[in-house]
Order: sequence, then structure tokens, then C-alpha cells
Amino acid sequence: MTQVALDHVSKKFGANVAVNDLSLDIADGEFFVLLGPTGAGKTTTLRLIAGLEKPDSGRVLIGGEDASSWSVAERDVALVFQYYSLYPRYTVGENLAFPLKSRVHNYSADEIAQRVDTAAKLLRIDHLLDRKTDKLSGGEMQRVSIGRAIVREPTIFLMDEPLSNLDAKLRESLRSELKDLQIKLGATFLFVTHDQIEAMSMGDKVGILHDGKIVQVGTPFEIYNQPRDRFVASFVGSPAMNLVDVTLADGKLSAGSGLDVALTDAGRSRLSGHEGALTLGVRAEDVAVDSEGVIEARVHHVENHGVEKIVTLRTGDQLIKATVPAISQYAIEDSVRFSINQAKLHGFDRTTGTALTSG
Amino acid sequence: MAAVTTRAERIGHPIAIVAIIVVTLIFLAPILWITSTAFKPRAVATSVPPTVIFQPEVTPFVKLFTKRVQLREQPTQEVYDAAPWWEQAIFDNGERVLRVRGNVQPSQYGNRFINSLIVAGLSTILAVGMGTFTAYGFSRFKIAGRDDLLFFILSTRMLPPIVVAIPMFLMYRTFSLTDTHIGLIILYTAFNLSFAVWLMKGFMDEIPKEYEEAALVDGYTRMQAFFKIVLPEATTGIAATAVFSFIIAWNEYAFALILTNRRAQTAPPFIPSQIGSGVVDWTAIAAGTFLFLLPVAIFTFLLRNHLLRGVTFGAIRK
Ligand SMILES: Nc1ncnc2c1ncn2[C@@H]1O[C@H](COP(=O)(O)OP(=O)(O)OP(=O)(O)O)[C@@H](O)[C@H]1O
Ligand SMILES: [Mg+2]
Repeated sequence: MTQVALDHVSKKFGANVAVNDLSLDIADGEFFVLLGPTGAGKTTTLRLIAGLEKPDSGRVLIGGEDASSWSVAERDVALVFQYYSLYPRYTVGENLAFPLKSRVHNYSADEIAQRVDTAAKLLRIDHLLDRKTDKLSGGEMQRVSIGRAIVREPTIFLMDEPLSNLDAKLRESLRSELKDLQIKLGATFLFVTHDQIEAMSMGDKVGILHDGKIVQVGTPFEIYNQPRDRFVASFVGSPAMNLVDVTLADGKLSAGSGLDVALTDAGRSRLSGHEGALTLGVRAEDVAVDSEGVIEARVHHVENHGVEKIVTLRTGDQLIKATVPAISQYAIEDSVRFSINQAKLHGFDRTTGTALTSG
Repeated sequence: MAAVTTRAERIGHPIAIVAIIVVTLIFLAPILWITSTAFKPRAVATSVPPTVIFQPEVTPFVKLFTKRVQLREQPTQEVYDAAPWWEQAIFDNGERVLRVRGNVQPSQYGNRFINSLIVAGLSTILAVGMGTFTAYGFSRFKIAGRDDLLFFILSTRMLPPIVVAIPMFLMYRTFSLTDTHIGLIILYTAFNLSFAVWLMKGFMDEIPKEYEEAALVDGYTRMQAFFKIVLPEATTGIAATAVFSFIIAWNEYAFALILTNRRAQTAPPFIPSQIGSGVVDWTAIAAGTFLFLLPVAIFTFLLRNHLLRGVTFGAIRK
């Protein structure tokens, strides 16, 4: 069942199109992640759903009904703002209780106390309940902000980059706690982030937003393995997918300057029928550095990431990234050979950026 | 930031202190003068050069609050001894307190002072109240021709108010508002409203709109959000606006003089009117002026914390 949907929604600020003919379906109980670079329109999308902005055209549907004429309170959503907006004169406890004290909800004093307590324990802010919010660290504020959303049971939780100010450890634990909470409550989440690791690890579904448009909606697996266009391919994944402009002719890929690869059967089956100019995409983990490799290169740069290393290889004037085990040793300007896992090749139209390969 | 002081700061410090003392003295000198005169014996009140050291007395205040006449003959010792200390002090000054059937006749100062409190207080509350709502509207909502409207509101302050004295007087007479409290309250509210709107709009703009939006999402109406969230945040601005409005209304002289003469007359036109009746007694006038200064001083003192933050707003909030 659809819990929240956007139906061809557009929103302009002056001449600036923040959200452009956007359609989206979020199913009941789904953890939907909206992923996009800064300025993509993520915050605006959340505000449109919450009713804090009115769409210029299109409709917002909540529980299948047109919510256009509903007030913010009537939409009964919970929103964690990107820039935490805790009530400055209240203590942490009062902030958490504030949504429950609204006349719309009608909770008893006992229930309020109990809900505040549960949320505070979950977010590990129970020792801060009597503290004024201007005496909190950024991470503590953000947790209070999340707490204010989860004390009640809204139709949908809207969260605007709620983990962005936390340290890595806290972020990781809150990531799984939010996910657990969502499963436990069976709640619908729309979670906005520009952090792809968050998106991939938390989302049942991920929507990629770019320039106010949804580019692709799919499971994290689909987004990662079947990017619909060059933007998704380059935006999702770390390091970013290698993208090389090549020409395909006579079963051979050539990039003008030195890079010449004959297609194997696997490669041919992925790119057949797309002779001519195209953009080739290869993920770093699909680049294998070994002495049997068909392409010659020099080591341009080495980054140590702990569990693995990322080596940048230079061949001709192309730079290609490859992941290698952490124990392998490479020095800059070492001469190496590498090959490409052609079963995992991606091809994109040179001009439109649309994916030519699928699956 | 705490431990680091630059050379310039260290050298600048004593100079800054001296400068502050000098400026403070310049500003305080007239106030010190009027205050000391309010406690001076009449004989030394207008001496040249001014008497600085004297035995302070409260006789000027007794004179301020009573109706007196010149003594034609000295009171008998019996009468003098029977009189309370303050009445004796008046006798010593060559005057006697006017009594009707034994009751002391008060002067009009008390009434005028209360009039001032009523008029300045209510007009301040009205101007700041309406100004706060108006400023919120201007700050948060798309209003057609907003900038023009704001300019129009400010333009009411662009000419000296006295320019409209005659039309005001005629209008007030037509509507029977002359010498009424409500008349002055309306006038002072109108004076202060444009100023209050502008000042409060600055403060409202400083309050992030996310605060109210969060409250809306949390299930509150805009009105509830305004009272629960915005208003507490605006207290600094409200305090600053209230102090300025109060000072303007409290000190207003010209229109009070033109539009009131008895029942609703405020203290500013009343105090100098004493000069005209008989001998000019500067100590009584100084006593009246001294008391007149107190409410503004107290009001400002009570709100000083807000005020300091208020006048430096923008520098403190991010
Ligand atoms: N109130 C506004 N007035 C004018 N332009 C706005 C307003 N809000 C957003 N925009 C513009 O709309 C576009 C989308 O903004 P939005 O805040 O939705 O981006 P975002 O995806 O949330 O970015 P970020 O990751 O930086 O938070 C931006 O170009 C922004 O400048
Ligand atoms: Mg945003």
C-alpha cells in the first residue's frame, strides 16, 4: 500500500527550479532513502510532503488521499530538520515532550513521561534531559532532534540528513538503531542523505535525486549494479566508478591514447550493438592488478583505506582506479599490468549519459 | 580567544576607561545637577557658582506635593510646635501649607504623574503589542507590496510631529478627545507603532523560521507556535522596543501641552507650568523633575539585560 506519494510535483523559487516534475511512491513500512548531491532538492521534497511548502503544480498524496488542502498538523508527519531546530528555551526533556503535548494527540502525562524516557534511552540522551538545548554539542542536538520525531507515531518519518553531524562511531550505531526502530515500529521512513554509505546500508529503496528530478529508484543492489545513467554511476560507489570515453569498433575498445582492449565474450555480450563512441564504466573492484593483465600502466597514486588500498593507475592520459588488498605494496611510478572484469562492464551513451547495458 | 591579548588591547585599555568615564560624566552631569537641586535648601539652589556641599533636605518634595501660600504673619509658637516636621519645614521657608477644614491640600503633581504612567504605559503596551504582530506578519508571510508598505509605515515618522499639530488639535476637538487619556494614548501609540514595527521586524527576521515550522509539524497551530516559540524568543526585542517606546511617550511634551490641560495632563507640561505661579521655586521643580526621571530609569534598569542584547542584536545571534 502506498503511504506517501508525490505526483508530478514541481516547485520553483523564483527562476530556480528546486523540484522538477517529481513523482515518487513510498510504500507503507518502507525505509526509503533519498540520495542526492547538495542542491538537488532533497530538503524541498521533504518540506513539500510536510506541507511547509506548497507545490507549484502536482499533488502530494498521503494514505492515498490528496493532501493539498491539509494543514501541516493534519498531515501528521514527523520531521527532523537538517539544521536542528530545537526549541531554544526548553530543556531536552521539554523538547522531547513538546510534540506529545499538542492538543492534536491527547497523551496522558504518564504516557508522555514514558515515551520521552524510551526515546531518550534509545538515543542515549537520558542523562541530558534537564539540560538546556543551547548547552549541547552538535551531535547531542541532532539526537534530540531525532528524539522529537520518534516520540510519537506519525504517518511517516521525514529525516533530513539527521546523522550528518555525528562522529563516525555514533553515526554507525545510530544508523542501525534507526533501522531497527523502523522495523520494530513498522514505520514508514523517508530519509534524506548525501552520504551513499548511509543510503546503501539503510534503504529498502533508494531514490537518486539530481537537479530536482528523480533519476533512478531501486534497491541499493540495483542502484549499485544497474545504474540507469552516468550520473548515478559516478555518484554512487566509493571510489566513484571509472568512466572512460572510448570508441568501440571491430570488437575492440580504444581510448585514443594507448588504452586498447579486445572484448572477450563477456564484454561483447554486454556491449554488442553499440559500436561507435560511448562512455565505458568500470568499478574499481572490477579492475584487477596482476602481472597477467592485458593493459600496461604506471602507478599514479596510492590511497590506504585500511581494509584495502585504492591504486590510481595511469595508462596513456587515462587515470583508472583499482582496489587491491591492503597487504599489496605499490610505489608511485611502479610499472604494473591490469585487466578489466568484462562481465561487469557498463556502457553509457556519450551524449545523453543513458545506460546502454542492463543487468 | 581568552588568554590572547594583543599589545594594542593592553595599551588601549586605560584609554578606553578614561574615555568611558569622561563620556559618562558628560551625560550624567545634568542629571546629577537636577538631582542635587532636588535636595537643596532653597537659599542655595540658584547660587553662583553652584553649591556642591550642603545639608540635603526633603523640603522640596514636601513643596512639590502640597499647595502652599506665602506666610503673612509668623505662626504662633503653639501652632508651630503642634505641626508635623514637614509642615515646620515649610514654615521655616516663609510659607504655609494650605489646609481646608484641617486637611492638607495636595498639589496636582501626583495626578499628573499618574496620568503620565497611564498614558505612557498603555500606549507602550499597545504599540509594542501591535508592532510585534505586524512585524511577525511582515517577516514571515508573502505580502503584496511588502517593501512599499514598510516604507509607508516608516514615512509617518519622516516629518516632525509638530507639523500636524493644528490638524490634530482640530480633529481631537471634533471627536472630543482633547484632555482625555484615551486621546493621548491613541496619539502616542500611533507615534510609536511605526518605530515598533521596524524594530521588531529586525528581531523577527533573526528568529529562524524553522522553530515555528518544527512546532507546526509537531501538531501546533501557527498561533500556538507564535505564542509558545516565537514570542519567548522575541523577548529581547520586545524589551528593547518597549523601553524606547516608553521613553518617547513618557517624555512627549508638545502634544501633551496642546491637547491636554487638566484631567489628562501628563507631567511634562505640568512641571514647567509651576514656574508661572508666583515665585519660581527651583528646588520644587527639580524635585518634580527628579521623580519624573525615576520610572524610565527603573524600567530601563529592570530590562537592562535584554536591552544590552537588544541594541547589539545581530552581533550576538548567528
Ligand atoms: N527558500 C528558498 N528560496 C530560494 N531558493 C531555495 C529555497 N530553498 C531551496 N532553494 C533552492 O532550491 C534548490 C534545492 O534546495 P534544497 O534545499 O532542496 O537542496 P538539498 O538537496 O536539500 O541540498 P543540501 O544537501 O545542501 O541540503 C537549491 O538550488 C536551493 O538554492
Ligand atoms: Mg537539504
